[in-house]
Amino acid sequence: MQAQALPRLLFGNPGTPLTLGQHEATFASSYRAASLLDELEASGLTGRGGAAFPTARKARLLRDQRGHNKVVVVNAMEGEPVSYKDSTLLGTNPHLVLDGAAILASIIGAKDVIICVSRDNPTAVGHVQRALDERQRVGARGPDFKLETAPWRYVAGEESALVHWLDDNESLPQYRPQRPSILKIRHHAVLLDNVETCANVGLIGRFGAAWFRTLGTAVSSGSLLVTVTGALERAKVLEILPGMTLRAILNVADADADPRALLLGGYGGSWLDAVHLDTPYDNESLTPLGASVGAGIIVVLGREGCGVVETQRVVKWMANESARQCGPCAFGLPALSDDLVELSTGSRASASAFTRLEHRCGVIDGRGACHHPDGVVRLVRSALRVFEQDFRSHARGAPCDGSRSQKYFVNVPKLEREHELIWE
Amino acid sequence: MGVRRRTGVFYLRVNPILCDGFGHCHELAPELVNMDEWGYPIIEKEPTPLSNLAALESARYAVRGCPRQALRIERVSES
Repeated sequence: MQAQALPRLLFGNPGTPLTLGQHEATFASSYRAASLLDELEASGLTGRGGAAFPTARKARLLRDQRGHNKVVVVNAMEGEPVSYKDSTLLGTNPHLVLDGAAILASIIGAKDVIICVSRDNPTAVGHVQRALDERQRVGARGPDFKLETAPWRYVAGEESALVHWLDDNESLPQYRPQRPSILKIRHHAVLLDNVETCANVGLIGRFGAAWFRTLGTAVSSGSLLVTVTGALERAKVLEILPGMTLRAILNVADADADPRALLLGGYGGSWLDAVHLDTPYDNESLTPLGASVGAGIIVVLGREGCGVVETQRVVKWMANESARQCGPCAFGLPALSDDLVELSTGSRASASAFTRLEHRCGVIDGRGACHHPDGVVRLVRSALRVFEQDFRSHARGAPCDGSRSQKYFVNVPKLEREHELIWE
Repeated sequence: MGVRRRTGVFYLRVNPILCDGFGHCHELAPELVNMDEWGYPIIEKEPTPLSNLAALESARYAVRGCPRQALRIERVSES
């Protein structure tokens, strides 16, 4: 495989996963790393699940834990409703992910690998199951793989919630005052990584850190998978180089070239005004603008859309997806949602809702056990910044043109009733 | 009995999952705990010096008075 060629992770045909034989032929390499952990460290790989935590540091922390029955968990829950990158990857190169998980298991000394896929995504479950069966048939060496299908909830993909579910409980986030904290399944330490991270680890194990670093910038190495949705014909998953400008990504995705704004990072991400379209897409450049790569999601908001209405729809859904464990999240998010509903309709109460909204954001921020409420607050704050003019006209009782067009760009799932939410 | 050193700071921390918003902590330690509109505690995020004995005392009252045992004091010794 060539070092500088771009389809790396998505090499092959999305939808028809490579078989084990094809996989071995495609990713054949004679490279042998002296120490996999040092190699991982040198590659500068960061987690692709949203937090961008250095993978090597996490693996080192787990390697230094005691115990013989440590577990590697591969997180393919894909909690973000507008993200398709994880299932696309599993539908293209499932064995690369399994390779990476096996490497991580050998680094930390784990015997078991659990792959968690949402049970609402039967295609991805099937891809993983077939790949595992294939390995079983060949009698491939490595750790014991197991497939688990967790219920799909927004917070169920949060690491402590997922591990709590694997430990025969409900998939609810846990309170972890000490960070970094070690997650445990039946007292055995757990290393949890995103699917895309694992696939990158698989590549590093096969070709080495120097090969891996040939793509990307000095800080963000390797390639990135992004899902582009919104103002384009159908959602696309692209493999891109970090450091590409947003304009170039929109161009490749064949999206609206003149959008109103972009939603970056997912439902707990932030809005970015379209004047910043020439910003490179990596965390170093986006952080000063209050945005981040997050889970690799770009939602394009067209000119005829309304940022206030879109934010309101997302926040309403996010409020319903709260696990309702912590007061500030269980009561605060619906309150934010109500304020945004007042604003989006431009009713009489909207002026007071506008002043209340900012105050409530400050009250809720950082007071949940997990970062679910913080993500919503980040979204609302970025909306207040980017769509300030629209918010002001809504607060005056004169909604902007976009809110009357009834044209929606962000794909929000159907709101489920509270008693129908499945947690285990 | 050792002598408690009074250098360093402490934080009052709440486990938001356990907390059910009884509001006793706000009654017992008003200088450290505020209340939001839903009755859940907003706790001072800045550290309080351990030499502030009155605050430490009321923090202890709050910890003991919490019906859900959701509060605890975290000491950070300055070294």
